[in-house]
Amino acid sequence: MVDASTSAHGDLTLKNLTKSFGDFVAVDDLDLVIPEGSFFALLGPSGCGKTTTLRMVAGLEEPSSGSIFIGNTEITYEKPYKRPVNTVFQNYALFPHLSIYENVAFGLRRRGVKDVDAQVQKALELVELTHLATRKPNQLSGGQQQRIALARAIVNRPALLLLDEPLGALDLKLRRAMQIELKWIQTEVGITFVHVTHDQEEAMTMADTIAVMNEGKIEQMGSPADLYDNPRTAFVANFLGQSNLIKGSIIERAGEAGVVDVFGTKLALPAARNHAHDSSVLVGIRPEKIRIAPAGSAMNGNILEGGVISDASYIGVSTQYQVEMPWGQELMVFEQNDDGTPPLAKGDPVIMSWESIFTFGLAGDQDATAGSEANPDSE
Amino acid sequence: MNRATRWFSRNLIRIYAFVGFTYLFIPIIYTIAFSFNASTKSNLVWVGFTWNNWLNPCGAPDVCNALGNSLKIGVLATFFATILGTLMAFAMGRYAFKGRSIVNILIFLPMATPEIVMGASLLTMFISFGFNPGFWTIVIAHVMFCISFVVVTVKARIASLDPRLEQAAMDLYADERETFRRVTLPLVAPGIAAAALLAFSLSFDDFIITNFNSGDVNTFPKFVYISAQRGLPPQANVIGSSMFLIALIIVLVGQFVGRKRAGVR
Repeated sequence: MVDASTSAHGDLTLKNLTKSFGDFVAVDDLDLVIPEGSFFALLGPSGCGKTTTLRMVAGLEEPSSGSIFIGNTEITYEKPYKRPVNTVFQNYALFPHLSIYENVAFGLRRRGVKDVDAQVQKALELVELTHLATRKPNQLSGGQQQRIALARAIVNRPALLLLDEPLGALDLKLRRAMQIELKWIQTEVGITFVHVTHDQEEAMTMADTIAVMNEGKIEQMGSPADLYDNPRTAFVANFLGQSNLIKGSIIERAGEAGVVDVFGTKLALPAARNHAHDSSVLVGIRPEKIRIAPAGSAMNGNILEGGVISDASYIGVSTQYQVEMPWGQELMVFEQNDDGTPPLAKGDPVIMSWESIFTFGLAGDQDATAGSEANPDSE
Repeated sequence: MNRATRWFSRNLIRIYAFVGFTYLFIPIIYTIAFSFNASTKSNLVWVGFTWNNWLNPCGAPDVCNALGNSLKIGVLATFFATILGTLMAFAMGRYAFKGRSIVNILIFLPMATPEIVMGASLLTMFISFGFNPGFWTIVIAHVMFCISFVVVTVKARIASLDPRLEQAAMDLYADERETFRRVTLPLVAPGIAAAALLAFSLSFDDFIITNFNSGDVNTFPKFVYISAQRGLPPQANVIGSSMFLIALIIVLVGQFVGRKRAGVR
């Protein structure tokens, strides 16, 4: 049997991929190359088009326009059963009338593979559930069903494995354990994994590369560290972790020590981290990068004075402060409880500083709160 | 609260269940008990216990001929109604077509039409087509009124089927035919089986429509109705009780198999 289902391999390429449902554009002119063998995450809030993208790659949804390639083989309009792609569905979609063994063997039998038994055993060993082969899916726990869904897909050795919110139904502890296990399995089998999730922590733990999606488009793509430390849009800055974004204007653009003015204070902003396209800028700093001390203390780096603590919550490893600035904005500060000094209290006047290399600059014409309402960590 | 009222309130649900089931089962117990009645003419008064009726179920004239007709008609009507109804259920449950909501309402009409009206108009129709009422007109009439019940039953099962299971099958290299054969059909099968049992019992049981369209062919309900006017032979109770026991066994076996398949230990 020589068809796309066994022969195609290589990078996954999406070209101008668009999907609209009536007036609603779910996926908007998407261009993307996912390298062979990588663990790639599509991250975004619900309704951002990530699942629709996945379903088009799986062949369960037909694109409105654009094309999909695996290596040099086009699969845009290929039937799902003719693609070298397997999916781990949200809620697993195990066949309830078949045993675990027959669930895992399903794809192999349909393709007429010879040594079904050996391969099923190997796949069950990989997920450490050989002893459950004769059970039915509803006799398994959620975590076990999840692993069977994974085994059922991986056993076919697809060029591409799609995971649609695979850990969404598991509790926190199990989710953490499965994140590590999934990453390990991906390294072990070397198949390209494309993982769709709304959980930023899940994406950051497992993926080599993350594409943050919003309203059908990719906002930014890069390694987890790159996205977190150097976000290019307010949406990414707020959706991945939390950010303080302060309105300012650019005075000096070039060099390591570009200068911006925020409400009368001059701050350094390295040119490589400045993504504003004119003088209007949102100056960004992550809450955990900020040092905080009683007003009048000596500090260096970028310094903001005149803040008053409006709220302090002690949460063990750190203390989270809300600091009200003279211009009315509240800034967030996460201070590690590691230096023995007593936490500051509500009403205390403070001085804040941070290493200027941590500063990032975003285009000033966007909504500074974009993405924060979609981030489950804020609030 | 004193002890009596406390006992009463604690066991209220059991008492209620007992009364309810008694109400449901007394007529059936009567049927079974009177199948052992040693009556000769009319089976209305208890005469004495005997095994004779059960040893000679065909003892009364024409009873087994009528029963045979009912079974044949039941099997044929079930066969055709189940196939046609299942196909219709898939069409209506799976595909969006113009006028689907109207079809959905139309399918309920035969269930809502009074049987007496339907029986009379079917007879008019057969006669104007030049068909002589007999065995096959009964089968056609039964298929007709069973289809709606099959469609409704099977459609409910299809609606409860997770579409991701079929998508998963397609994802795992099963083409449309294999997906239907390996996943869709096995998962809908319990609904089809339930629909078939329902169709059979509706067909076997029907008197009103059958009486209009049977000509001189006798069926079991017709036999019971006619002989009740002269005195019902106890063999009617024997056959009724047997049908009840067979249905009971089918339900119990179905439950047992269903549990085993679902893997409940």
